[in-house]
Amino acid sequence: MKRAFPILAVLTVALLCYGLYQALWVAPTEKTMGDVQRIFYYHVPSAWTAGVLFLVNFLASIAYLMSRNPKADALAVAAAEVGVVFCTIVLVTGPIWARPVWGIWWTWDLRLTLTLVLWLIYVSYLLLRRFSTSGQTPVMAAVLAIFGTLDIPLVYFSIWFFRTQHPQPVIGGGGSIDPRMLHAFFVNLIAFTCFGALICWARYRLEVLRREVEETQALESLLEPRSAR
Amino acid sequence: MTYSHIVSVRDLVKQFGRFAALRGVNADFVPSRLYAILGDNGAGKTTLLRSLAGLSAPSRGTISIMGTTNLRSICSHLGYMAHPSLLYDELSGMENLRYFARLYGIDNDQRCEEVIRSVNLDPELQRPVEQYSQGMRQRMSLARAWLNDPEILLLDEPFSNVDLRSAREMVNLLIQLRDQGKTIFVVTHQASLLDGAANEFVWMEAGQIVNRTERFNMGKGD
Amino acid sequence: MGKPSLIGITRATLLKDLRLEWRSKDAINSMLFFALLVVVIFSFSFDPTAEESRRIAGGLVWVSFLFAAVVALNQTWARELRNQVLDAYRVSPAPANSLFMAKSVGNFVFVAVLEALMTPLFIVFYNLRAAGPAYQLLIVAVLGTWALVVNGTFFAAISLRTRSREIMLPLLLFPISIPALLAMVEATSSILTGEFSARFWIVLLVAYDVVFTMASLFLFELVLHAE
Repeated sequence: MKRAFPILAVLTVALLCYGLYQALWVAPTEKTMGDVQRIFYYHVPSAWTAGVLFLVNFLASIAYLMSRNPKADALAVAAAEVGVVFCTIVLVTGPIWARPVWGIWWTWDLRLTLTLVLWLIYVSYLLLRRFSTSGQTPVMAAVLAIFGTLDIPLVYFSIWFFRTQHPQPVIGGGGSIDPRMLHAFFVNLIAFTCFGALICWARYRLEVLRREVEETQALESLLEPRSAR
Repeated sequence: MTYSHIVSVRDLVKQFGRFAALRGVNADFVPSRLYAILGDNGAGKTTLLRSLAGLSAPSRGTISIMGTTNLRSICSHLGYMAHPSLLYDELSGMENLRYFARLYGIDNDQRCEEVIRSVNLDPELQRPVEQYSQGMRQRMSLARAWLNDPEILLLDEPFSNVDLRSAREMVNLLIQLRDQGKTIFVVTHQASLLDGAANEFVWMEAGQIVNRTERFNMGKGD
Repeated sequence: MGKPSLIGITRATLLKDLRLEWRSKDAINSMLFFALLVVVIFSFSFDPTAEESRRIAGGLVWVSFLFAAVVALNQTWARELRNQVLDAYRVSPAPANSLFMAKSVGNFVFVAVLEALMTPLFIVFYNLRAAGPAYQLLIVAVLGTWALVVNGTFFAAISLRTRSREIMLPLLLFPISIPALLAMVEATSSILTGEFSARFWIVLLVAYDVVFTMASLFLFELVLHAE
């Protein structure tokens, strides 16, 4: 296991570099949108990675509730935090793309809106973890994660139907797809997935270490004699 | 069912962050006894009681009550009383008890009246609990604690701020209940009230049990 | 001693809560006044023509209901914390779900009363009249209110063990309520303007209510018995 991490790190860096080369150099400039369209190679993979990480959070939360294994909880935290970061990337790159091309900063585009709601839900998850004074914060957080995940299909359908009744511009829609663009896209998709996994793993290890330190300190305070009051 | 040890505690540790309220408590308790738990503030008495009541999950170690470590399964055999009254201020004593009786599946008023009378209060009293004196409130709280006729009573500071006469009446009730076969744990700072009534004094210090004596004036030991 | 029944305890808890609410009338009165203030302030802020008002009324009404509901929901568990009465419930063999259902239904009644007060005022201030089937508004109101209340009660219980308890409830509730809010607003607007059918939104609300009522009933035990 220990060797897998550096291997993944090297692979990720390699893929990201290759992906960068593909996205900024090899892929042709899009006909109607121009070079700004290249943001697509980062916007969509980020959304995908965030989605994968939130799925990891959901599974880890369920695993925690069933087994009460603290490592499952550590993974849940790591996945949520990194997922929020990737969500933020999506929410920032979306308007940057939209403004020059469609002239608007924001639209209730399906992907963008879904990402925004996900961002809100998981930020509230992180806030709960920070503000909780309970001894069983992991349980409460896991419960919240389940609620959040159950919400997602409902969010999707509500936005989808809203858009059919109130047509809105689609970010990322239109434009032509050249096979070289698809190639660049998939390279970046895989690169970002590896990137997300790498950072999540690093955060997970950090969390596990942090808890070990806390446990040790707690055990120490248990053993030393308490001063008389 | 009789138990040699109705309550067993092994290596019980309870930590709140870095503060260890209980640091390895080991004890066995025999049924039909009145145990007085004594110690300074911060000794862990309340935490121990709450752990026995199932309100505070142990960080480490086990608690076995009536032969099982699943405290939820035997909770109908427990009665708990704390320093806050655990009563609704705006309801009368009888209304309070009627509600709590429902939680234990007790449908009739008879039991509620019986229990209120046992603490020398009037079931007909319509006054809301917030208008009670402290002594009355503590007594009503005790009534609620043994409403379901539990085999084990866990009482945290039942006599605090109670006038001497009411306190002595409460002690007499506890003696009666003990003689009926109940096991009673009383956390208190006023140990002298239980001198002669308690079977055993359990001394706690810094999250551990440091001594168990039969008479109060034997003190904490060495 | 009989075995405690789920429905019996739910009903007993609900009646107890209603009685307590009635006895401490100041809470109700201040809540009602707050609801009134919300309507007035919204009406000052948005002063549309009769035509426009039908389009935006859905949003205004439900946002104002949401704010009134949050204030009511924050009170939900406050009573159980005074004198630590919640411990008495936790120690008893009474099932966690009974407590949850009783609190949710109690909240539903309470928020419904607030809505019943606010609605006529909105109708008056905005000259509202439904162009579509008005009976559907009642269905939307019931489903929508339950959607807010069921999650609100659950998250209020979670918020009990956090710092900044009062702000924690809306922080947790609002994001997850977004699909329900969208449905409520769109359904109401559809019915008022008569332009679209509200059927999809009503179905969505039913789905939302079913999913989250079940999730809450399933998971409340964990929340109640957490320290």
